[in-house]
Amino acid sequence: MSYKKITLLVLIISLLTIGYVVANPKQSVEAFSEQIIQQGAVGEDVIELQSRLQYVGFYNGKIDGVFGWGTYWALRNFQYEFGLDIDGLAGEKTKEKLVKASEYDKQFVKEQIAKGNKFTHYGGVDKEKQSAPKQSTPKQTAPQKSTPKQPEPNKSGTGTDSPNNAAGGGNETDTPEQAAEDPAEDVEITNTAVNVPQGFSQNDIQLMANAVYGEARGEPYEGQVAVAAVILNRVASPSFPNTVAGVIFEPRAFTAVADGQIWLTPNDLAEEAVLDAINGWDPTGNATYYFNPDTATSAWIWSRPQIKRIGKHIFCN
Amino acid sequence: MIRWILIALLSVGVAGTAFWGYQEHQEKNAILVQAENTYQRSFHELTYHMDLLHDEIGTALAMNSDHRLSPQMVEIWRLTSEAQSNVGQLPLGLLPFNKTEEFLSNIGDFTYRTAVRNLDDDPLTDEETKTLKQLYEQSADIENELRKVQHLALENNLRWMDVQLALANEDEQVDNTIIDGLKTVEKTVEGFKETNVDSSVIGTSAKQHQYQFLNGKKISEQEALEISKDIFGIRDTADITIAQTGEGADVPLYSASYDANGKHGYIDLSQQGGKPLSMLINRDVGEKELSLNDGLKKAETYMKELGFEDMELFQSGQYGNTGAYTFLYNQDGVRVYSDEIEVKVALDNGEVLGLTALNYYMNHKERELPEPTVSSEEAKEVVNPNVKIQEEYLAVIDNDLGEEILVHEFLGVYGDDTYRIFINATSGIEEKVEKLGGTEINYAIN
Repeated sequence: MSYKKITLLVLIISLLTIGYVVANPKQSVEAFSEQIIQQGAVGEDVIELQSRLQYVGFYNGKIDGVFGWGTYWALRNFQYEFGLDIDGLAGEKTKEKLVKASEYDKQFVKEQIAKGNKFTHYGGVDKEKQSAPKQSTPKQTAPQKSTPKQPEPNKSGTGTDSPNNAAGGGNETDTPEQAAEDPAEDVEITNTAVNVPQGFSQNDIQLMANAVYGEARGEPYEGQVAVAAVILNRVASPSFPNTVAGVIFEPRAFTAVADGQIWLTPNDLAEEAVLDAINGWDPTGNATYYFNPDTATSAWIWSRPQIKRIGKHIFCN
Repeated sequence: MIRWILIALLSVGVAGTAFWGYQEHQEKNAILVQAENTYQRSFHELTYHMDLLHDEIGTALAMNSDHRLSPQMVEIWRLTSEAQSNVGQLPLGLLPFNKTEEFLSNIGDFTYRTAVRNLDDDPLTDEETKTLKQLYEQSADIENELRKVQHLALENNLRWMDVQLALANEDEQVDNTIIDGLKTVEKTVEGFKETNVDSSVIGTSAKQHQYQFLNGKKISEQEALEISKDIFGIRDTADITIAQTGEGADVPLYSASYDANGKHGYIDLSQQGGKPLSMLINRDVGEKELSLNDGLKKAETYMKELGFEDMELFQSGQYGNTGAYTFLYNQDGVRVYSDEIEVKVALDNGEVLGLTALNYYMNHKERELPEPTVSSEEAKEVVNPNVKIQEEYLAVIDNDLGEEILVHEFLGVYGDDTYRIFINATSGIEEKVEKLGGTEINYAIN
């Protein structure tokens, strides 16, 4: 008699398990794309990786979509605890284990990022408690003065009271660009952080891009990288100021600064050239000066030992 | 007759005045631009120095040996005075910015006092370490606020001249982002209680090694054309323009470039041996199809094809739709920081868009590495006990004098930050401590 009961119980349990296993693959299909995620990567997979690592308590940093050092250590610790190869790469096995061990509330994470909220994604904690609306400081309101179309009360209202009902609404508009887009469910997640080369900020890069664009916008690509490289060579040289801003704004150093052309809006090419120069490319061969032989008025500059000519500029040191 | 002479005289007078007026106007504009540039420079330098200050305080926290700590304190002290002089040059006469200045001078006082003290006999007390930690957090807040202001100023092309005007006539409604932002900075500092008081090692080589590894025979211009054709992967050498470097170059080069099929390519080849020192291809990179990891494999294959051996990945990062990879030379398990190569890969189709091996060729040689006389365990004891060590390597770096030294390299975590710590493997001295960054809030969307 009791044997029958036990057999029945076992049967029911195994059926349930099969049902669970059958129902579950849907989740793992949704999780992660095929790629092996490595340090330095950005994008949706990284957001998911960070969320999942945070869910199981390994990652305490911000979920920002950039695979930085914090994420790297979290992943390694996860691999250590779960007996995987500790390589800091989110490969197939690691992703599989991670998907099994954690949950990922994509909708929640997306919403929080879209709204610019401060939030976390720990497992077993009420979601409502894990999000705090972006604090509003004076400079938050300052730029909005210029765009008065913004529905202000709407913004502050939804942020604090009900962070969860906004997604279906569709009339929640945080930025003008988003308002223009289709308010469909599957909005692309934007990273809230970016990679920057060690020792530089986005603003440094922007300032250099301004200078490069003002000085060399008509030049071939390597000519633009070269101008950026000269700025960096000057920062490193003891006979010039020690900061990017110092070099750029040094009186009489760059004509684009003297005549105000530095304030033209640079294009993406100038920015890419600056990034390449910062990442180590120097087509000038360590030059600290350059000049345009057609317009140069100083006789002194001709006395410098010349390295090479790129486009319209001669580079020398 | 007289009437005509008068008219002529008058018109000459008017024209003269107009010319004079125009010149005055030009001069005034030139001076305005110059004044504006001075303000811009001080402001951008201020933000930069605050960045640096924050990092340097963080580095001081992770340091253990006192013989490194004293110079570090001096460095922080120097930075505060630089930042203070930047603040002093801004046209903020009408804006209360004195709390920030006070904060800076507090850091200055604190670090000066500790720097001149003999830390060997009289190390930092727990209280002082706590103060340093507080300063670290507070400087992070200020740095962050300043960066936001800087981003807004750059994005909206704001002028300090306008700020000055806005400050002068308060009742007028002008775009006062800068003022609002700076007021926030000031508020942030006010919140601190009264009780408080670059540097990458990669590729650095102060002593140039004279390109020992650039050997082989001298190549002709025709050969250089052939080599660059192969590396660019194009069929015809006719599209390529080539030039030689002048007398100012450290090492004689051929520079070749081409334009074809919407691509622009550039390469530097050494005349001795025809080695590629630097290569760049510029084109529009399409939608991302490959992962950063796929790109790494392309970069590794590419380096093998060019004959670089024993290179290991040091760091990688995705910028837009391209991946940037840094490789270091690995000699029998010791990584050599100065022998560095960078590769850039387009993540749309995996094409290699750039390579720079200048540092590699400048420094590379087969080195005679000494056996470490300080064991890894002994070296770990020199590291600040608060730093949790996660990874360790043997490495060769250049010290402050530009000499190559063998070190134990530790990657460790302290608080939320990651540090790279180098301990000399023959003397056990703490050589360098670096705070690692590489990620920043995206101000454009926040």
